[in-house]
Amino acid sequence: MRNLAAILFTGGLGFLLLVIASQLDFGHPPMVVGQEILDVAGDQVGAANIVTSVLLAYRGIDTLGELSILFAAATAAGLVLGHRHGDAPSDPEGGFILRAGADLLFPLLLVVGFYIILHGHLTPGGGFQGGVILAAAFFVGVLGRPAKGLNHDVISVIEGLAGAAFIGIGLWALFLEGEFLKPMLDKGTLGDLISAGTLPLLSLALGLKVGSELAGLMTSLSDTEAREP
Amino acid sequence: MGANVVDWMALLIVVIVLASAVAVLTVRNMVGAVAASSVVSLGVSVLFVLLHAPDVAMTEAAVGAGLSGVVLAVGLRKLGLWRLEDDKGTAHALVPTSQREDDTDA
Repeated sequence: MRNLAAILFTGGLGFLLLVIASQLDFGHPPMVVGQEILDVAGDQVGAANIVTSVLLAYRGIDTLGELSILFAAATAAGLVLGHRHGDAPSDPEGGFILRAGADLLFPLLLVVGFYIILHGHLTPGGGFQGGVILAAAFFVGVLGRPAKGLNHDVISVIEGLAGAAFIGIGLWALFLEGEFLKPMLDKGTLGDLISAGTLPLLSLALGLKVGSELAGLMTSLSDTEAREP
Repeated sequence: MGANVVDWMALLIVVIVLASAVAVLTVRNMVGAVAASSVVSLGVSVLFVLLHAPDVAMTEAAVGAGLSGVVLAVGLRKLGLWRLEDDKGTAHALVPTSQREDDTDA
């Protein structure tokens, strides 16, 4: 009887969803904001990558909200993880291939991460993607040599400074232009490395913040005392 | 012609993604399940490239395939599940050569 009711309910729900889906006009959203931004973003913000101009200029405060969510999540995880007794043995060192690979990859990952962050307003990518790659660059080294670890104080200082810089640039715009996080400074030539005003600065702050946040999170996860297998 | 090739590529990737998603649930060894969950994200990120969304594809590849795979792998290691089981059901812990004391399997 219960199975019958479940089948009826699931079937009814599926039917309703199908009816809704059949009337949806896929690919033709009733939105005009997207087209409007595509039309004016190049002139208004001066960033060749329109996605970044939406993320950091038109919807900059959403990105700030995203950063605070990430910060809250990383803080909560840091409270739970990363505890160990003083005499607990650290994880065994990785094998030769892992250690050599970590040493080899570290500079390459750093270059790729900073490239993606600094070219966020020109090519696909930006602060978030580059920041994750930076975090990976530092974490690969921790995987190879868990005993060495990362300096949590340095990480928190970078994290705090980057977050403060993001909000500081926003407040600076609020005082000068009257709008929080409004793009400022010279827009430059579309497609130049130094162009789009404050967007590269915001991108750098976002990248350092995300990178240090995730690197700290992964390190405290890997610092957590292992259960006896 | 061009659109047709892209369609077949997308179809192939969807099949790979679905197969690895099923593999995550069915594979008995945990290390393989973590690897399969990374393959899901990798396939989805290629789909994003085919949909002309390279920004999203980069995020998906970095977070989904890279970061979450590492988080799951470190979690397995902390819980002592970082091991492979052979046909007879004996578990072999995966430890680096520097730590290996003796091979217990006869």
